[in-house]
Amino acid sequence: MLWPRLVRALVGRPLTDQAAAAPQDTVVALGERMAASARVRLGRSLSIREVDSGSCNGCELEVNALANVAYDLERFGLRFVASPRHADVLLVTGPACRNMTEALQRALDCTPEPRWVVAAGDCAVDGGVFKGSYAVEGGVGAVLPVDLLIPGCPPSPAQLLEGLLALIEAEAAPGQK
Amino acid sequence: MSALALIRSGTPQGAQPFERFVLTAEAWAELPAALLAEPALALLGMWAEPGVVHAGFLDEESGAILFASAPAEGGRYAALSPARPGAIRFERAIRDLWALVAHGAVDDRPWLDHGRWGIAGPMSGNPAPRPGAEPPQPEFLPVEGEGIHVIPVGPIHAGVIEPGHFRFHIQGECVVRLEARLGYKHKGTLSLMLGKTVRAAAAFAARLSGDSTVAHGWAFAAAAEAALGVEPPPRAVALRAAMAELERIHNHLNDWGFVCNDAAFAFPHARCGFLREGVLRACAAAFGHRLMMDRVLPGGVALDIAPGGGEAILAALAAVEQDIPSLLRIYDSHASLQDRVVGTGFLDPGHARRFAAGGFVGRGSGRRFDARIAPGYAPYDLLAPAMAVEAGGDVDARVRVRIAELRGSIVLVRRLLMALPEGPTLAPLPARAGEGAALVEGFRGECLHWLRLDDGGLIRAVFLRDPSWLQWPLLEAAIEGNIVADFPLCNKSFNCSYSGVDL
Repeated sequence: MLWPRLVRALVGRPLTDQAAAAPQDTVVALGERMAASARVRLGRSLSIREVDSGSCNGCELEVNALANVAYDLERFGLRFVASPRHADVLLVTGPACRNMTEALQRALDCTPEPRWVVAAGDCAVDGGVFKGSYAVEGGVGAVLPVDLLIPGCPPSPAQLLEGLLALIEAEAAPGQK
Repeated sequence: MSALALIRSGTPQGAQPFERFVLTAEAWAELPAALLAEPALALLGMWAEPGVVHAGFLDEESGAILFASAPAEGGRYAALSPARPGAIRFERAIRDLWALVAHGAVDDRPWLDHGRWGIAGPMSGNPAPRPGAEPPQPEFLPVEGEGIHVIPVGPIHAGVIEPGHFRFHIQGECVVRLEARLGYKHKGTLSLMLGKTVRAAAAFAARLSGDSTVAHGWAFAAAAEAALGVEPPPRAVALRAAMAELERIHNHLNDWGFVCNDAAFAFPHARCGFLREGVLRACAAAFGHRLMMDRVLPGGVALDIAPGGGEAILAALAAVEQDIPSLLRIYDSHASLQDRVVGTGFLDPGHARRFAAGGFVGRGSGRRFDARIAPGYAPYDLLAPAMAVEAGGDVDARVRVRIAELRGSIVLVRRLLMALPEGPTLAPLPARAGEGAALVEGFRGECLHWLRLDDGGLIRAVFLRDPSWLQWPLLEAAIEGNIVADFPLCNKSFNCSYSGVDL
């Protein structure tokens, strides 16, 4: 039965893991890129639009896992949104496939400023094993201006979370500029 | 002459373990008519090399697998699509990659080539430069009728999923025709594998479709081992099977949860997600990687199971097993959920047969095929897994196939870990010529890999066929007459791989 289980879940301990700390040097580096006005507008929350530019779908599995109850992304003010028009962050996975370049560019054009582009996974960082293919431009940086790289094949949810929390921390940090 | 006899009249090439016969162009041209008269010979896939076309077949009566090849004289070969609808997308892809034209093809529009690579026919051996050309607008099949309107969706979708374009023609709320346009994720995987050793190329097989990294890694390794005449050590075979079943478990849990979520019923999604997370963490503890990527290598497995890994896996599986009955009761007893899944996205068993669809798509529509059972391979010959088949053909039937397989896979992992053979986990590979193929049952169906090596043991030709090739077209049939709002539900119940078919 569903109802007794829901009640038990309400009064019981959460299944969610303890949060990991964001790496400090990444936070400082990102903080420098965030203008004070951006911090005021975003208020310690980020809306993320995930865009797959040609991954093997391994990265999508791990990004989706971020939303499960163990990682519970939303408790940090991070959430996935359905449109780049609602997003502060484009989280891009996969090498920049030539068949996706126009769609990627259009997604960026639809994302309002201030915005950040996060390249997640080894393919997004520099093309990964697909580097040098006739069908691939290279990493996401070959098509979009990238602010943060999260390596890994695929990066685990913990690594993804660490990177995204660094963005939030950078927002909260005092202005560096 | 029957199609089977026609293929066997060709020159055998000594491919292992499934023979490949080279036909003359004239004999190949007789294939379409012969295939029409012989519906039990299923088409598994088509691919090419410069100037040569290949096709793989399964004789559904005997379970035999065989390959046929023919020269494409003047860059043309006789199309098989008039006799096998599953051939349509393969023929389109062959034209895009190898610049060979299927004469008499049902559909000659481009498929993978969106006009953005800067070259045409990248694998033809003589690619034509196409600098700076404006990419052509895609053409979609027309729909006639009153009040038809069009909904274009993608390539970027609203959820965290892979890119692809769906063109819906709808009348009121009902889908009259859906056409998928894929190829956005084309990475040139096959061309990157050429000229590499099988050990170096295994990374590409492992990244054909990340959710099936073990199954594709295994299929590629088995094809390479067949080509080189290498037997993987028994311990490696058992570890491969354990990883493959764990992959089936974590994906089936994922799909079950997502199907419920797409019907706006969130509890099973949350619960399945948590159980799956437990399985993935156990996989990381045992094999050093959550998805077990790059763990299967030609010759064996990269790493032995870590100390304590077996216990971690058994504990995670015990949690899954304990929760399945109550989750199933919840799935069964909520009318609002059943109303969405029962009768939705009905796939005609005739269509499933005609396309030789594998996995839960085929078995959900009564097609009794599971590569673990026939043609079968080690270690499943000793484990004798049960085949999960449902006759319903709807979203619910595909979910129930998954639930039955979940239970079966938990039992299989336990048996494998309990009787893990001792010994080495990786055998050395000779560098020599050979040709091999393998069929390995992944979570979404059978993965067919074929390759040919030159004297130095380097890859001369290769094809990796994801099961989704024969499932994607059926999604278009299953959605017909359903409401647009049920598309996510139907799509998730099929859960075809985009990356797997985009190559």
